[in-house]
Amino acid sequence: MSTKNWPLWEIFVRSKNGLEHRHFGSLHAADAEMALENARDVYTRRNEGVSIWVVESKHITASNPENNGELFEPAQDKVYRHPTFYDLPDEVKHM
Amino acid sequence: MKNENLYNYLLGIADNSLVLGQRMGELCGHGPSLETDIACTNISLDLFGQVRSYFQYAAKIAGDNRTEDDIAMLRKEREYKNVLLVEQPNTNFAYTIGRQFLFDVYHLAFLAELQKSTDLTLSAIANKCIKEVSYHERFSSDWVKRLGDGTKESNQKMQDAINDLWTYTDELFHQTDADKAMVAEGIGVDVTILKENYYKQVNNLLEEATLEVPESKWFQKGGKEGIHTEHLGYLLSDLQYMQRTYPNMEW
Amino acid sequence: MSEEQIKNLEKQFDERIARDEKIEPKDWMPEKYRKTHIRQMSQHAHSEIVGMLPEGNWITRAPSLRRKVALLAKVQDEAGHGLYLYSATETLGVSRDELYEQLHTGKAKYSSIFNYPTVTWADMGAIGWLVDGAAIINQVPLCNTSYGPYARAMIRVCKEESFHQRQGYEIMIKLANGTPEQKEMAQDALNRWWWPSLMMLGPTDDVSVHTEQSMKWKLKRKSNDDLRQQFIDQTVPQADLIGLTIPDPDLKWNDERGSYDFGDIDWDEFWQVVKGHGPCNKERMKARVGAWEEGEWVRDAAMAHAEKKKERNQKQAV
Repeated sequence: MSTKNWPLWEIFVRSKNGLEHRHFGSLHAADAEMALENARDVYTRRNEGVSIWVVESKHITASNPENNGELFEPAQDKVYRHPTFYDLPDEVKHM
Repeated sequence: MKNENLYNYLLGIADNSLVLGQRMGELCGHGPSLETDIACTNISLDLFGQVRSYFQYAAKIAGDNRTEDDIAMLRKEREYKNVLLVEQPNTNFAYTIGRQFLFDVYHLAFLAELQKSTDLTLSAIANKCIKEVSYHERFSSDWVKRLGDGTKESNQKMQDAINDLWTYTDELFHQTDADKAMVAEGIGVDVTILKENYYKQVNNLLEEATLEVPESKWFQKGGKEGIHTEHLGYLLSDLQYMQRTYPNMEW
Repeated sequence: MSEEQIKNLEKQFDERIARDEKIEPKDWMPEKYRKTHIRQMSQHAHSEIVGMLPEGNWITRAPSLRRKVALLAKVQDEAGHGLYLYSATETLGVSRDELYEQLHTGKAKYSSIFNYPTVTWADMGAIGWLVDGAAIINQVPLCNTSYGPYARAMIRVCKEESFHQRQGYEIMIKLANGTPEQKEMAQDALNRWWWPSLMMLGPTDDVSVHTEQSMKWKLKRKSNDDLRQQFIDQTVPQADLIGLTIPDPDLKWNDERGSYDFGDIDWDEFWQVVKGHGPCNKERMKARVGAWEEGEWVRDAAMAHAEKKKERNQKQAV
C-alpha cells in the first residue's frame, strides 16, 4: 500500500453565473491544482459548471447534530421574523 | 479527386488525433487512480471528436460515398500519416504522460496557426479544438512536473520515457508535399516555424520538472510518409477489426 | 450508553426513516446501519469499477467512431459513478483505499454479471440494454433511500445513466435490422446475457437474507422477485420489437397475472460465479489489482510533489 494516500477534497460548482456554488461531491487529489483538474474532469463532463471551488475536506468544520436542539430549535418559534406574522387589511394586496 | 492535397493534409492532421485517441482509450479502466482514469478518457474523447470533424470534412471533399469510418478504419498501414510519436505504446504512465506532453505542446502551437487558415472549415475546427488542447497541455505539463519532481523512482521513470520518446519529436516539424502545397495556398501551417519555440517550451518545462533535456541529435521519422514503427500495425488491427471482419455493414 | 438508551435511540432512528427523513453522515446511527451501508454502497461502487472492464475490452475495437465515443463516454461514466459511490461510502468513516483493499483481497463482492466475457461487439449492445436495464430497475428506487449521501449519489448516477441503456439498445436495433450475420450476433449475445441479467436482480425472496431490514432502511423498496418480474415484463416487448427471441422456452404471457411467466433460473450457476468460479473472476481481479499496483508509484509521486511544493511555498512566505 502507498505510504500516503491522496487526501479527500470537497467540490463546489457554480452551474451558471447568477447561482451560488453548490456542493457537488468529493474526490481525491494530491494537491489543490490536481483537485481542480479532477473536479473539472469528474463533475463537469456534461457542461454542469462555470466555476469550481475545491476545499480539502479536513479544513471543513461542521456543527455536531447532537447540538441541533440548542443550535436550531430556538429559531423555530420566532415567527415574527416572517411576513405572515403581521396582519394586513385585505385591501392591501401586496406588501 | 479535385482537392487531393487538402484531403491528404486533413488526413495527416486527423491521424495524429486518431492514433493518440486510440492509445488513450486503451487506458480506460486501467488508470493509476479513478480520477486520472476519467481525465485520460476525457482526452481520448476530445481527440476522437476532433478526428470526426476532420474526417467528415475529408469525406465531403472526397465527394464519393466514403464515410468518416471508411477513412478512419479502412486504409492500409502505409496510408496512415500520423507522426511516430503518437503511436508509441503505454509502456507505463510516464510514457503515456510524456507522449501526451510532447505532442500537446506541438498540437497547441499548431492549432493556434491553423486558426488563421484561409479555409474557413479548417479554421473553425481549429478554433474549437484549441480549447480542448489547451487543457490537455496543462494536464500533461502538470503531470510531467509531478512525476519529474516527485519521488526518485518517478523521476527515473519520467526521464526514461522522455529519453525514449525524444527521438520522435523532430518529425513533428517535417513538411510533406501536401504540407508545402497547403502552406503555399494559405490553408496549411508552416510547421518549421514552430520548432524553435517548441523546444524552448519543452526544455523549460523539463527543467522545471527537474529532468534532463536529452542530448541526442538523432531523430526518427517516417510516419508522415506512412512508414511507421512496428507498434502501429497492432493498433490498427484493433481499430480496424470490426470493419475488416464484417465489411460493408452498418453499426 | 446503556442498552436501554441505545434501544431508545434506535427507535427514534427508525421513526425518522419511516417519516422519510434523511440520515446524514454525522447523525447518530446504529452500528448495523453503518456497516450494512458500507457493505452495500461499496459493493455498488466496486460493481461500477469492475463493470468498466468487460466493456472497456471493446473500446479499441468499436466498429465506428460514433460507437467508439459513445462507448468511451459510457465506460467513463462508470468510473465516475464508482467515484461518486466511493465518496458517499467514505462519509461513513472508511477510506477508498480500505475499500479497494477489501475488493482486491476478495473480501468485498461486486456484481457477478461482470465475470462473464464480452466475446463479440453485440455484447456491448446486450450489456447496455439488459445489464444497464436491470441496474436501472435496481437503482431508481435508491434515489429515495434513507442515507443522504447515497441518495444524492444515486440521483446523479441515475440521471447520467439514462443514455446508457439507450446506447445499448440502439446497438441491438442496428444489428437486428442488419445483415443475417449481424442479427445472429445480436441473438447470440441475448442468449448469453439474458439469464445472467435475471440473476443480477438477486436471489429469490425465499433465500434472500437482507431484505426485511433493507426494506425498513429504504435500501430496498421492492423484493428481488418483484424487480425481476418488472425487468422481464419491460424487456420482452423490447426484444419482440426488434425481432429477437428471449432464450426461454417457458416464457409466456399470463393474462391473469398481467405478467410474463418464465422458466427456472439456474441458481447453481449463480452461486458458483459468486464464489469465484465464473469465466472471468480471476481476470477481472487481476486487471483491478494490476492497475492499482502499477499506479502506486504514480500516486506516490504526486503526493511527494505536492509536499515539496507546499514546503517551497512555505519557505517563500518566510
